[in-house]
Amino acid sequence: MSNTNTPRRAIPDRLGTPVSRILASWEVLLFGVAVLIFIANSFASPYFLDAWNLSDATFNFTEKAMIAFAMALLIIAGEIDLSVAAIIALASTAMGAAAQAGIDTAGLVAIGIGVGLACGAFNGALVSVLTLPSIVVTIGTMSLFRGISYIVLGDKAYGSYPESFAYFGQGYLFWVFSFEFGLFLVCAALFAVLLHGTNFGRQVYVIGNNEFAARFSGVPVERVKFILFLLTGLMSGIAAVCLTSRLGSTRPSIAQGWELEVVTMVVLGGVSILGGAGTIAGVVIAAFVMGLVTFGLGLLNVPGIVMSIFIGLLLIVTIALPILARRIKQANKS
Amino acid sequence: MNAVAPMTNTASLAVETPILEMRGISQIFPGVKALDQVSISLYPGQVTALIGENGAGKSTLVKILTGIYRPSEGEILLDGQPVQFSSAQAAIDAGVTAIHQETVLFDELTVGENIFLGHAPRTRFGTIDWRTINARSRDLLRQLESEIDPTIRLKDLSIAQRHLVAIARALSVEARIVIMDEPTAALSRKEIDDLFRIVEGLKRQGKAILFISHKFDELYEIAENFAVFRDGKAVGHGSLKETPQAEIVRLMVGRDVHDVFPKITVEIGDTVLSVEGYSHPTEFRDISFELKRGEILGVYGLIGAGRSELCQSLFGITRPSAGRLTLDGKPVEIRSPRDAIAAGVVYVPEERGRHGLALPMPIYQNMSLPSLAKTSRSGFLKASNELKLARQYAERLDLRAAALSVPVGTLSGGNQQKVVIGKWLATQPKVIILDEPTKGIDIGSKAAVHAFISELASQGLSIIMVSSELPEVLGMSDRIMVMREGLMAGFYDRSAATAEALVRAATGNA
Repeated sequence: MSNTNTPRRAIPDRLGTPVSRILASWEVLLFGVAVLIFIANSFASPYFLDAWNLSDATFNFTEKAMIAFAMALLIIAGEIDLSVAAIIALASTAMGAAAQAGIDTAGLVAIGIGVGLACGAFNGALVSVLTLPSIVVTIGTMSLFRGISYIVLGDKAYGSYPESFAYFGQGYLFWVFSFEFGLFLVCAALFAVLLHGTNFGRQVYVIGNNEFAARFSGVPVERVKFILFLLTGLMSGIAAVCLTSRLGSTRPSIAQGWELEVVTMVVLGGVSILGGAGTIAGVVIAAFVMGLVTFGLGLLNVPGIVMSIFIGLLLIVTIALPILARRIKQANKS
Repeated sequence: MNAVAPMTNTASLAVETPILEMRGISQIFPGVKALDQVSISLYPGQVTALIGENGAGKSTLVKILTGIYRPSEGEILLDGQPVQFSSAQAAIDAGVTAIHQETVLFDELTVGENIFLGHAPRTRFGTIDWRTINARSRDLLRQLESEIDPTIRLKDLSIAQRHLVAIARALSVEARIVIMDEPTAALSRKEIDDLFRIVEGLKRQGKAILFISHKFDELYEIAENFAVFRDGKAVGHGSLKETPQAEIVRLMVGRDVHDVFPKITVEIGDTVLSVEGYSHPTEFRDISFELKRGEILGVYGLIGAGRSELCQSLFGITRPSAGRLTLDGKPVEIRSPRDAIAAGVVYVPEERGRHGLALPMPIYQNMSLPSLAKTSRSGFLKASNELKLARQYAERLDLRAAALSVPVGTLSGGNQQKVVIGKWLATQPKVIILDEPTKGIDIGSKAAVHAFISELASQGLSIIMVSSELPEVLGMSDRIMVMREGLMAGFYDRSAATAEALVRAATGNA
């Protein structure tokens, strides 16, 4: 890290980070949890340690995680998008209608992604141009987007997708590695570079830490926020393509409640719900943890409603833990 | 009152006994002594004017009197008995009430609720006694010669009427000591006359009043006594009627200021920035000046004169409603901080933590933020370039830190200021705007900041320095622009500028 060829200088670039600090980092702790769950699962169910079963397990998180990467950037910048699941519903409905009209696979993908981008732009414009609070805006658009799906579909479903469209959600790159899992890894790498390696990513952190200072330092705060909502819309559109392809049909209740799981994944990954801190690596590990837990519970025949209780508890605990830890530390100091 | 007071005690003061006396009060904050062995007495039926520059310690004294701060040393005597104001409630119970510049009132509550919020009378059953609230509110407002209905909501009142409600609120507790902190700042002349009639009424009721204002003509109209604070010390007190204004100004300013500042004589070059008719919808109007290479332009004025707003507008935070900018002879339009940085105009804000730094982020990332276009390669961060840049300015500014990767929030105030200045110097600006550059910095570090500002000017940078401290403005500036109520109130060359002239221009006293 720090080059030591000029030892006389007064201030070193970096302080050596003690191993204990690295071991105590959220990402490493989370990785330990993932390993423990993996081991527990393999003892709990004889079907768990099977390459194809594990491959199936990845579908529990790949689509959500793609959105979670974009959501992580948004939350680090101090905003949030609760309409992501509704964007999936609207994008899926649009694709279903287009498929019924006989549009081919390439066209369907373009429509799914296009609707995602349009929804993201709508959210972004309301937040950055009209400077409305994003939590209110996206609760509103959450009802709006899904509401449109319900009006279009009612209690019907679209199902006449072309055969080649099934690849995105059901295809495999090689052996047990699905197309979705590959896409998940590529997105993880791209978002990690965007957040940790570009000027744009730095601006995201600064906005989350001090929006005033960002503005006073020439950061185009509104433009950055708009792009972040656009990215979240884009990833929701891509997730809509994958999910629709995997299910092979569209109902207006598709991806219901996913916004909660996406936010939980981001927060579990160590992203501060108050903004300003977090890593993509953390979100990746959190995705595996949540995928393993839900898959493990599924193998044990735990009903879906119990899983959603579990997700809710997980969200509260991961938000409360760092705050409690800080309180205890402060109490010990004084 | 002891040796610090060079003024004569008048006979009338000696005879009466004060309601409240503060003796040897000191208030020490980390690194700063806000009040140093201050004594002051308040007499029944008299108004005492508290006078001093911004930062002289007036607000600290008010906060001690209202129980918000507990003094580090000294004692407070009420009717000759020592008391302790351990909480805001304790101060209210002792009969101290304050009317602040901006009293917090609630739009959605009724007038009566606003007046009795927090000390509402109760019925036998412990519920709020609305009948008494409204009756007493009506009485209080009548004392203030107003017929406002206590049951209407505050949002339906005019600004002046709200002010009356604030005063009624202050008087709704059984107060014997009334503090008025710049009560006239937002009022018109007629409203001020109304207020002064109220003050006369309070005097007749035997209340002791502490009146803080920058406007000398008002003080001479209403106050009997005065106390002058400077740098946290009480430097004079006495009868206002017997003390000429020039004497008060001399006490306020104090020392002979030109000597202590490390001002380097600089060859003043060509005009760099020229501002013509700059105006803002509400904050300032028709500001025009020129700034030359190597020049330090001081901008003096009272709080609320529109100085910071002017600077933020020059930096593109707010857009001007009219006016033109010329930089190096070429017209420029600055519509955002980005434009300003690109044009070479940068701004070091008054509130460093709030506006200047992302405190949890590393030093080097804060330093490189406005220069990212230079340190990065096609949009990708280059940490080695950022560290090099940060190192260069850290060394130039003699920054003290454990490493360039530690969060800025772990540094002391003075070192944080260095990071802010460093991040702007790294953009290689032509014009640097410093807003209260030594605010909240201890005396020792102030000199270092002043020396550095001088050095920057000598290297050919043009500097606009907003300051509320007379010695700083007089000691550092080549020229001084005084602002009052959003307008230019005077221009002074270094040789012609005197503290008296600046204060007169800033307060509007001929």
